[in-house]
This record gives sequence, C-alpha cells and structure tokens, in this order.
Amino acid sequence: MRLEPIDKPSLARSLLPPVTALGATVAIASFLAMLAGANPFSVFGLILNGAFGSKFAILETLNRATPLIFTGLAVAVAFRAKFWNIGAEAQLYAGALLTVLLGTGLLPWPSIAILPTLALFSILAGAILLLVPALLKTRFGVDEVVTTLLFNFIFLLFVSMLLEGPLKDPMGMGWPKSARLLPEARLPRLVDGLRLHWGFGLAILSAISVWVVQSRMTLGYEMRAVGLNRQAAAFAGIPVNLVLVKTALLSGGLAALAGFSEVAGLKGSLTLDLSPGFGYTGIIVAMLALLHPLGVIFAALFVAGIFVGADSMSRAADVPTYLADIMLATALLLMVLAIMLTRFRIVRN
Amino acid sequence: MEVLEIFFTASFWAAVIRISTPLIFATLGELICERAGVLNLGIEGIMVAGAFAGWMAVYSGTGLWVGVCVAMFVGMLFGFLHSLLTVPFGLSQHVVGLGVTLLATSSTYYAYRLALPEVTSPPKIDAFQPYDIPILSEIPFIGPALFSQTPFTYLAFGLVLVTSVVLYRTPLGLAVRAAGENPAAVAAQGLSVTKIRMGAVIIGSGFMAMGGAFLTMSAFDSFFFEMVNGRGWICIALVVFGSWRPGKALLGAVLFAAFDALQIRVQQTSFGSQMPYQVFLMMPYLLSILALIVMSRRAEVPAALMVPFNKGER
Repeated sequence: MRLEPIDKPSLARSLLPPVTALGATVAIASFLAMLAGANPFSVFGLILNGAFGSKFAILETLNRATPLIFTGLAVAVAFRAKFWNIGAEAQLYAGALLTVLLGTGLLPWPSIAILPTLALFSILAGAILLLVPALLKTRFGVDEVVTTLLFNFIFLLFVSMLLEGPLKDPMGMGWPKSARLLPEARLPRLVDGLRLHWGFGLAILSAISVWVVQSRMTLGYEMRAVGLNRQAAAFAGIPVNLVLVKTALLSGGLAALAGFSEVAGLKGSLTLDLSPGFGYTGIIVAMLALLHPLGVIFAALFVAGIFVGADSMSRAADVPTYLADIMLATALLLMVLAIMLTRFRIVRN
Repeated sequence: MEVLEIFFTASFWAAVIRISTPLIFATLGELICERAGVLNLGIEGIMVAGAFAGWMAVYSGTGLWVGVCVAMFVGMLFGFLHSLLTVPFGLSQHVVGLGVTLLATSSTYYAYRLALPEVTSPPKIDAFQPYDIPILSEIPFIGPALFSQTPFTYLAFGLVLVTSVVLYRTPLGLAVRAAGENPAAVAAQGLSVTKIRMGAVIIGSGFMAMGGAFLTMSAFDSFFFEMVNGRGWICIALVVFGSWRPGKALLGAVLFAAFDALQIRVQQTSFGSQMPYQVFLMMPYLLSILALIVMSRRAEVPAALMVPFNKGER
C-alpha cells in the first residue's frame, strides 16, 4: 500500500476520520471501563459531570487547564519549527523555582511591581534552560529530544536538592517544601469569590500573543518555513539556527509561565508534586490542537476536563484514574492518524 | 583512597554487569529500530510494560522463562502499533513514539491497579537466581564478577552477539541496514521496506520489554511505578554513543553502568555523605548528555533515520 495526496478533500473526507478517531477512543475507554467492572455509560456520565457538571467542576477544569495552555503553547511553538522540546516539565519547574526564589521575601514590593517581575524572571529561567539543548543542537548537532528529556530528570533532582536544602521552609514541619509567597506576590482571583486566578487570563493572553507572532510576524513565518523544510529555508536565506534558538527561547519561556502561574496563582509555594506531568501532557494538548495556538486553549480545556472528570469518576465508580491517561494517549495516536487520512488516500498496489 | 578501592572489589564489577543488563537489552532494541530507519521513542513506556508483564505472569504462576516471553510479546505488540503508525502511514516518529510511551505506561498502571487493587506494597516474586557457570566462575576476581550472574544477564550478552552476527553477516541484516541507509535501493531489489522496517521495530521493541522485565524479574523482584525512571531515554543516548554498533553499544552500557555503580558506592563513603544525594542521582543523566556531546559530531547516523518511505514517491 502507499499514500496518495488528495488535492481537494471533500467535506466527508475532512470530517469522517477525526470523528471516527474520537469514537474509537470512546469505544476503547468503554471496553477498559467494563474490564474494571463498571458500566461505560455511567463512567462517561460521571466524567462529564465531574468536569462540567457544576460551577465548582467548571472552575476546577479551568484551573487545571491553565498550566496545560502554557505547556501546550510551549510544545506547539517548538513542534511547529520541528524543534522537539520534550522538556516543558523542567522549564515549568524553572519558572516555579524563580517565582519562589524572588517572591518569598527577597523583593518586598507591591503587587503591581512584583508580579510582572516574577513572570519576567520565570520566563527568562525557562528560556535559558531550553537554550542549552538548543545550542547543543545548533553547535554540536546533539539531538534535542534526548537532551530535553534528560533535563527533566536533572532539573527535578536539582529542585529536590534545593527544597531539602537552602529553600526548605523552616516552618514546613520537615516536608521538602519552600516558604510561602508574600501575599503581594500572589496572583489575584479573576472574579471575586471564585476559585479561578489571573493565571488563566494570562494563559489566554499568551495564546493570543503566540497566534499574533505566528500569523502576523516575520518570526512566525520563519519558524514555519524552518519546520516545513530546513534546507529550503536555509536556501531562501533564513538563518535556520538563529530561528531555532529564538523558537527555543519562546517555547521555554511559555512553559516556565505554567510554573509561575501554578505557584503564584494556585499553590503559593513550591513542592516536588507541583506538576503531575503538565509538561508531558502539553504534548497531547499541542497535538490535539494541531499546533494552532488558539486551538491549544480548547484542547487544554478538553484534556483538563478529562483529568478532572476522571478524578471524580474514579472516586464514584472505582475505576482507576489512569483511564484518563489511556484515553488521552489513544486520542493522540488516533488523531494524528486521522488528520493524515484527511489529506491522503490509501492506495493498494 | 576509599574511592579507588572500590574498583578492586569483585562485587563492584558484578554490580556493574547487573546494572548494565537492562540497558543492554533496551539499547540493542533501539539500535535495531534505528538501524532500519525508525526512531522508537516508545522505549520508555515499552520497558514499563515489559517490566509489569513479565512480573505479573510469574506472579500468576507461570515459569520465569515464560514470563520473559510474555514480556517480550507485550513489547512486540506495542512495537507493532508503533511501526504500523510510523512505517506504512509515515506519521511523525517523535509524536507516535511519545504517544506509545504514554499509552504503554498508562495502560500498565491501569492494569496494575485492576490486578492488585488492595495492595499497598507490591508483592515479590521468586525471581531469577545467580547461576555460577562451571569452571569460569571459579576464576579469581573475574569469576564472581562476570560468571555468577543470573541467566537473564547471560541472555543479554548472548543477544548482543546474535544481533551483530545477524546485522553484519546475513542477508537479513544487510536488508535491515539498507532500509535505514537507502530504502529506495532496498525497494529496487524487490524487497519490501515496509515489512523490513516493521519487523525491525517489532523485534527491537521485544528486546526493550525484556530490558524492562529484567528490572522486575532479576533485579528488584517486584514492580514499582517509576521504576524504569528514564532508563529508556538513556538507552537512546547510548545508541548514539555506540554509533549504532551492537559491540560499541554494549561497551557504552557497561561503562555507563560502571559509573552508576560507582556513584552509589561513593555516596556511602565519608566524602560522598557530605554531598546532597541528588547530585549523585543526577550524574547518570548528565553523563548521557556529555556522551552525546562528545559523540554526536562523528556519529555515523543511518542516512534514512526518521525519513518515511513511500513507494512510488519521487
């Protein structure tokens, strides 16, 4: 068999594969829920209800989506230029680390001054952390997939070292936990009385900014060109390595904002379980969004909804929460396949 | 001085060989995939799945070698999924690989929770025991270091030999290497690039799963979450370090294991106990990156690595 590009895909061609992929994901998850002895209909009802069924549930989903929008954007920006940043997890912690380093008493400033400073330094930390793999790639030809992946392990150990050493909160009852942020360094609530912070607003703003960069600015054009064909881009006079480095800085900075927003908006201090793999989930978010920055917002809401919904489903129906991870991994694989099938037809030979 | 003395104990070298075994399996598996032109980032998840499958099989009453086969089979299933998506469908090997890792890891954890809902600490199994090879194991120093390992370890070293013979001395090996260098030439010979690449990924994934199974069936005798802990990613670095050759990859895995065994022992010396333990745990990952930096320039990467082949396309 081989694949043949379709010039003008029909409406059915564009819709059928993604819809089938979604249906197959649900079918597989239903089967697995039945293995756990649960009724699949009630499982999906519980997931939906747990994610969007009440005001509390919706706010929880929005809160969970916030870091995923940042990491999803980080991955989308990088993957667009075919720069494989799998290290959003480490960059997230870099942002979180800078937030607690500067926000727990070092800068006794009012909110209006300290919050932008913290955000800026977080961005810088994430950008610099990803700059290393980017330079290793452009200077020495070292594959960035492995270096960014390994950086996740190295940086988490580094954070663990600091949390058990110099950053350890003396009031923390012996837990490896940083001191709490100053009240001025906390992101305010988006709406008074609702448990949703300005990190969400910042995430939406970031998505729009990335979209503007990608669709309206030269850098966005260059990033796309480098992603499509590196040789052709170089031939057209685009400084490929410089574009890759800029992409890395942008991507690392975006991922770091996830750490800033989680610490300053939600947790108030840094612990080693700040992120349950937001960096890795960002890859799923970005792919489901087809790497489109505005699509990332919706994909993040979808993914966050599944996680939040699965948490409450698991408590009610006694099905392991890992069902959510399986669903997302399946959706990721089937969706990439489906998107390809909207543009190619399979020919037997 | 304490540190130097470590090198002169047979138990240190025995540990080196033991630590290197899972890396040898998985590096060999990744090497086979990449030699055929497919980067397999499913490695980390496939190792997790293999670790669980082999252990679970033995826990439910099968023999140890049956457990190894079960692990290998599960690995091959994920390898089939990976190769189906990346080879005939030509999807991004990065995305599919990461997707397979996520799928294999999460379905393993799901299966673990279903199989053992009540336990707080995972049960142990009667794992592989060291087997003293007659005569050889009686050689002073070398014997206890190399020839008193479990049969699972001997299998790893045997597979390296078999793999290099097959890769370099048989028509099949030539076809696999050619599929990773110049797939069009393979197709011109009337061979199917698709079949060769899929076969290589499936076999390679089986090896990766055996590497995972070693952890539960010969090293820790039990299954823990996070037990693979980045070993798969390290193996990808080891393939580059070994410049895609089985022998060199074996050497890389042993060197790496020596370093790992050393850091564990240095931690326990008076010098090591003054340092945060995280510094030592970081070392294997830092070392992998260092190895990549040193080797990447002169590495002879398979020319068609990560290039999908679509017959009839020009």
